[in-house]
Formats: sequence, structure tokens, C-alpha cells
Amino acid sequence: MSKRTHISTTVNGDPVEFLSDPGVTLLDALRDELQLTGAKEGCGSGDCGACSVMLDGRLVCSCLVLAVEAEDRRIETIEGMAQGGELHPLQQKFLEHAALQCGFCTPGLLVASKALLDQNPDPTETEVRYWLAGNLCRCTGYDKIIRAVMDAAAELRQARRVA
Amino acid sequence: MTDVMDKPALKVVGTRPIRPDGVDKVTGRAAYGADFAMPGMIWGKIKRSPHAHARIVSIDTKKARALPGVKAVVTAADFPDLASQEFEAGESASNLRDMSLNVMARGKALYKGHAVAAVAAASPQIAQAALELIEVTYEVLPHVIDVEAAMAPGAPLLHDHLYTEGLDEHPAAPSNIAKRNRLERGDLAAGFAAAEVIVEGRYVTQAVHQGYIEPHACVCAMSQDGQAQVWSSSQGQFMVRTYSAKILGIDAANIRVTPAEIGGGFGGKTVVYLEPVALALSRQSGLPVKMVMTREEVFEATGPTSGAVVEVKLGAKKDGRIVAAEVELKYQAGAFPGSPVGAGSMTALAVYDIENFRITGWDVVTNTPKVAAYRAPGAPISAFGVESAVDDLALKLGMDPIAIRELNGVRNGVKASYGPTFRDIGFQETLAAAKAHPHWSAPLGPNQGRGVAAGFWFNIGGESTAAVHINEDGGAVVATGNPDIGGSRASMAMMAAEVLGLPVEKVRPIVADTASIGFSMLTGGSRTTFATGMAVTQAAEKIVADLKRRAGLLWDVPVDQIAWEGGAAHCLDPRKDVKPLTLAALAAQSGKTGGPISAEVAINAQGAGPGFGVHICDVEIDRETGHVSVVRYTAVQDVGKAIHPAYVEGQIQGGAVQGIGWALNEEYVFDREGRMENPGFLDYRVPVASDLPMIDAVMVEVPNPRHPFGAKGVGEVPIVPPLAAVANAVRGALGVRMSELPMSPPKVRAVLDSL
Ligand code: FES
Ligand code: FES
Repeated sequence: MSKRTHISTTVNGDPVEFLSDPGVTLLDALRDELQLTGAKEGCGSGDCGACSVMLDGRLVCSCLVLAVEAEDRRIETIEGMAQGGELHPLQQKFLEHAALQCGFCTPGLLVASKALLDQNPDPTETEVRYWLAGNLCRCTGYDKIIRAVMDAAAELRQARRVA
Repeated sequence: MTDVMDKPALKVVGTRPIRPDGVDKVTGRAAYGADFAMPGMIWGKIKRSPHAHARIVSIDTKKARALPGVKAVVTAADFPDLASQEFEAGESASNLRDMSLNVMARGKALYKGHAVAAVAAASPQIAQAALELIEVTYEVLPHVIDVEAAMAPGAPLLHDHLYTEGLDEHPAAPSNIAKRNRLERGDLAAGFAAAEVIVEGRYVTQAVHQGYIEPHACVCAMSQDGQAQVWSSSQGQFMVRTYSAKILGIDAANIRVTPAEIGGGFGGKTVVYLEPVALALSRQSGLPVKMVMTREEVFEATGPTSGAVVEVKLGAKKDGRIVAAEVELKYQAGAFPGSPVGAGSMTALAVYDIENFRITGWDVVTNTPKVAAYRAPGAPISAFGVESAVDDLALKLGMDPIAIRELNGVRNGVKASYGPTFRDIGFQETLAAAKAHPHWSAPLGPNQGRGVAAGFWFNIGGESTAAVHINEDGGAVVATGNPDIGGSRASMAMMAAEVLGLPVEKVRPIVADTASIGFSMLTGGSRTTFATGMAVTQAAEKIVADLKRRAGLLWDVPVDQIAWEGGAAHCLDPRKDVKPLTLAALAAQSGKTGGPISAEVAINAQGAGPGFGVHICDVEIDRETGHVSVVRYTAVQDVGKAIHPAYVEGQIQGGAVQGIGWALNEEYVFDREGRMENPGFLDYRVPVASDLPMIDAVMVEVPNPRHPFGAKGVGEVPIVPPLAAVANAVRGALGVRMSELPMSPPKVRAVLDSL
């Protein structure tokens, strides 16, 4: 096999280094090299969103990014979403609204929802639905997910107003 | 106080606590099939047939074996050649030989994607490279995909030894028709002769996949003494153990299966594909083997459910009373016999009380992956035909579509079309709730149509084991043998908490491995909350009895003078001046009263209540593109008693949306060589968030008296009505009936063009 490349990057704020084959995806590197298995592979082709992560502040499907592209970049995964012992409001709302059944799509949906709320704190239901159209969930019918995201958005707005 | 104790109000059941496995799932910590790894693990991959139908002339694995890093290569020669043998497997019978041949082809490849060999190597990349070095020589054979083409005389034969069962005479020649089944009652000819109005229709559906987001995955390790460990995501760890043992020809005692979290199943993970192969590779290499399917493999080599042709003829009186029904169901089984046509037949007319009917089902093999169960297997397809025809009948008679269903719908005491007599069912209540829902009377906009359809599923019980252990601080552990797909840990903990009188947070539910709990049938058939919940409840009741006995010992009071309420023993003997003994206090003194407090209950649960649903759907047609959008959707269902209402609603919403996908988008598309043209989520399009409105889930609660809390199965009913509900709405919007699914834009355009 071909020679492995040395990669230094930042994952959830921590500097990390690993070796990667040239063809390996960021998703596989996260899961197999860094043991961050929160991002899931549902399709491997950018169609399900289960592998969603943030790369330099942009939402990407990590199955479509090569591990070598992570060099010197900033990666955020589901594992970095809760701060210390505190769940992110989105995580909390997903629990309260029963917005997960099998939970396999959940990490990707949470990362994608956070990306939305970071840039649009007051989305309409339609905006949420279109933003999340790249994240498949086969279990829930999306109803409770949409409610959870809308509710988390409201709570975050409230928190911002108070602050 | 006594009053309260006689009739305790439910404190936990019926509420909406946060599920106990929730935090792990929202933080990415929960470990699914592919998240598991073992030290020294190698990677397995499967070589699959590129042909829909071919004789395997030879397989040469020499080059693959010689590739550095390759640790094992297996073909059918590494598995025992099993005899044909039927055995009961959950909801249906399975044939052992067919199952083994599906896991690894022997002699013939029967569909594109059929496994023909497998390798395990030091890395996935090496395993992939090795696959390409395996040389298989095929003699390509003519294939057949379409169910009616496969039934036709002269069709390419998949199995030389397949003679149709269930015919009046034994057939003279083999065919692709594995079985004919028939259900009938009354006098069909007389029924139609008495009818004043007759409607007829022919309905066609394509194969659709369960589409769980998690591809199949496992890690298997067999050591040199033949003891094996399996970690895999499935709907039943015991099912994985049984099937793997049988396919490998080893004892179940030698296999321990630990269930991983499961990322959806819907029936599609009630079958093994990888585990026996990984075990064989592990046996050969002496190393743990990990296997993960790609999405393409999931589409091409697992699941789907049948494509089908359904013919329906209904005869009715002018007042709307249906007096005769004839239904013919032709279902694809895929490469081996066993389509869900049996259940399709049994459920076809189950919501109606009809005196004269005949239902004929045909189980037909085709060069497509062997079908697997998919949520209420077979029922959505037959309901699509029947509920479309009932709608046509209502239209012809100028009747309200809910009224015609109320008139003909089953009630308690009616003998169901499939045999038993209905008791404690909620179909009429469900219809009434649909009629009363504001959706039913809301005005429609331009290019919009409204459809309604009913649906039915049996729900099952079956074998379940549950253990309850009391911790030394008075909390509890509930162990069961059923994987949690949709929140069942929550309902198990809730039922135990209710009986014990504990807050639900004090009960920790776990899904135990096959060595740690007694046998449990798989999570399927909407049985878990009903059957395993019953085992949990009984185990908790045993604990309460034991706790009362222990309190009696401490107080020196007979057990019948002790009541259990609010998580504590209360002394009813007025002469004793004692404070209640809490569970925690009793647990702390357990050493003095008989040792650890625990109970295990193994049952074969009977008395599952059947479920009924009525769905209302509004669609809007884009006349330019032919795109159909669902603009409003209401799903009403009799759920017995909802243990955790939020997860019950979730089941209803999820099932409805899968049905909407089936109606509008989803289908297997095959090219001329019999290869699936759309084996990815880009082209096999399941509904996404922007395709849908909110799904209003309305729960009607007609309790099931045979369950301690009144539960009925809820997971499968909701996928039964949507195909017809959407089709009936499209008929309303277009003014013409579309009787072929999916009603995708090109097909709708074609209808619009023909108007
Ligand atoms: S796995 Fe990356 S989008 Fe599906
Ligand atoms: S909860 Fe199962 S895929 Fe979304």
C-alpha cells in the first residue's frame, strides 16, 4: 500500500496528529484513527448527513473530505458539542422532545442543527426543514426533530436576550 | 389510603420521561455496530456477483490468498452444505438451507450482489484489493425480475426443485411460484350476484427497502477452542446466535452475542448476512474480524420487501354494504421462497366485516435479493389495493369515505377474515376520531386532494425473558434480551418503576447479551413493549411480593397485612405502630431477610391486541413538474395504552413517513441486466425533512386487557394505511386514479398529459 501521510489538525479544540493513507476519508480517520465514533457512516456518498462535522466553521460531510485535507484545519464533531458536564441546548431539546428513536442519525442532525442556529438564530420551520434536508432520519418522520430544533432556537434566543 | 392502594393511579406509565440511553445518543457515545473495535482486529469484505443470475463455474482464490496482509478467504466450501429444513423463526418460518445459500452462494448466484466469496485482511484497503484478485468464472443465465413475468410459463427458473405448494394438484413441472395460499369464506359467486355496484382495480408496487440509516456491521472473534464472540447490531441477539450456529454447523452454546446499539431495522435486521461469514473468516485466521456493509451492499444484498401486483374486486349494495370481495396478491420473494404474501393475505380484508370473500396469494421467486421483513410485512401492499378499491366504491356510491369504512368496519365480536374473533379492538373509535379531527373538514386549496385509508396489523407476543435486580441502595436494574430500536429501554424502565413504586430515574434498563439473560425472541412484530414489558412487569411483581415478605419478616406480620405503595411496604395491621419500609431500607437490610433481591421471569406472552390505524392525507400536485407534495397528514391509531406517549407518537410519525416515501418516491429500478440502477440514497430517495409537513399523530387508547398496563403493539400499524391514503389523495387532486407506485413526477406527468 502507499505511504502514509502525517497529519496535524485540531479536533474539538485539541491538537491531534495521526497517520493516514492518501485515500482515507476524514470520517474514517476520525473513527478509526482517533476513535471518535460519534460521526456515523450511513452512505459514504454525501447523501445522508450522518457523518456531518464542522471544518473551519463550515458544515461538511466528513465522508466526502479526505483525511489529508484536515491538515492545519479546525474540526468540530459531536463529541465536542457538550461543554464539560453540560449538554448543548440542542442536545437537551432532542432528549425532551423524543427527537430520536434509534439515534443513529442524531449526531449528524445535531451538528447540522447547531451550524444552522449559529448562523440563523431565528429560523422558520421551512428554513429548518430545508437546512436539514441533507440529514436523513428513517425513524422519526422528522416531526419531533423539527420541534426540538425550533424549541432550542427559541431557548438560545432567550438566553442571548438575557445575556 | 386503602382506596388509593386498591386502585393505584399510574404515576410513571403514560408520562414522557427522558429515555435512559438518551444522553449517550445525543453525545455520540452510544456504540453501534460499526463503532466497535477489538485489539488485533482485521477487516472482512465480501465479493459479490455482478450478474443477476449465473452459474458459478469456478472460484480461484490463489492470488487473493497470496496478497500480503490477507489472512483468510472463504467461499461456500467453508460452510456446511445444509439440508433443506424449515424452522420457526419469529413471525414466519425460515428455511435453513436457503438462509445459508443467501449468506454465501453455492452453485448459482441468484441476484446481483449475491455473496460468492469473502476475504479478511489487515486493512480494509488490502481486503478490497484482495477481492479483485478472486477470480470467479460465471456462466450467465437469463434472469427474471418482474413478478408476473416470473410466474409465466417458460420464465427462467431460479430453482430446479421448486414445485408450487398449495395447489389443488401437485404441479407436473417446477416453476418460480413457491406457494399459493388461500383464505375464503361464504359464497363468492352468490355475493357478487347480489351486489348492486362492483369496482375492480389492478395495483402495482415496486420493491422498496427498509432504508435504516445504519448499514449492517459486526465484529466476530472465534478462538482456537471454537468459542466465539459476536458484537453486532441486529433486531435480536438470540436470532443472530441461532442462525449463525446453524449456518456454521456449530453449537449455539459456543457463540455469545452481545448486542450493539442498532441504527434502525424495521424488520430488515431480523436476518443474518455478515455474522456467519465473519465467524468463518475469524475461524480461519484466528483473529477478530470486523465487517461493515457499504450502502450499495445494503441495497443490493439485504432487505427489501416485495414488489407486487394486487388485483381487487369488490361488490356492494347501494347502501354501501360490501357483500363480496376477491383479492389476488402476487408478491416477489426475491431469490428464495418466503415473501410476506401470507400476512398480506391475512391482513388484506382484516378491517372489514365481509360475508363472502376469497383471497389468493402467490409467493414468487425472482432474481432480486431475498426479501426481508419490513414493518407490518406484506400488509401495506394489500392495503394499498383494497383501500384504493374501497375509495373507488365510496366514490361510485357517492358515499363519504369514512362512512363507508364505519359501515363495513369490524367491531368486537366479529370473526376476523383471518380467523379469530376480535375482542377489545378500537377500529370504530379510530374512525370516529378521524372523522372528528379538524383535518377531515378543513377546506382544500387548488390542485389539492384529500385521501383517507385504514390499516391493520396483528401485533404479536412471544418468548421474552426479563430480570429485575434491586441494588443495595434501593434502585433497580432491568435486564431484557431485546435490542432497543425506538426507545424500548424507556418503556421497560417505566413499567418496572410503576410496579416497584420507584421514580423512573432509579431504574436502569439494560439490553443483555445472550449469555446473561434467558432467551428472547427478536425485537419485531411490535412485540417488545407488549411481551417483554409483560415479563418485566411480572419480574417486578415478584420483587414486590418478595419485598412484602421481607417486610413481614422484619415486622413479624403476615404478608397479607402488608401493602406495597409508593415504593414502600405499609403495614395494614393497626396494632403495629411501624413506619413504612422503603425499598431502599429493605434493600439495605436484605442480608438479614434472605440475601440479594432479584427475580427473573421467562414467558411466552399471549394476548397481543391487534392494531388499527386511519390516516388522512392532503396532497398538492404541481401540474408543471408532476411533483406531489404532502401538505397535511394526520395519523390516528388505536394504541391500547401508550406507555411512553412521545415514543408512540414517534412510531406513528415514522411509519407514516416511510409509507409516504413508498407511495411517492421509493423503488428499486433495474436495468436490462437485472442490476439495481439506484443503490444509493441519492437515487433511492427516502423522504427528507423538506418533503414533509408535521405529522399529526392522534392516539386512541382502547386498552388491551391482556397486558398489565393495557399496551398494544404500535410500531407496525402506521405504515399500513399511507400508500392508499396518499393514492386516494392524489386521485382526489387529479380526478383520476393512479394505481402504480411510486407516484413519482414522471408518472404523474404522464397522467397529466393524458388528461
Ligand atoms: S456517510 Fe457521509 S453523508 Fe452519509
Ligand atoms: S432516529 Fe433512527 S435514523 Fe433517525
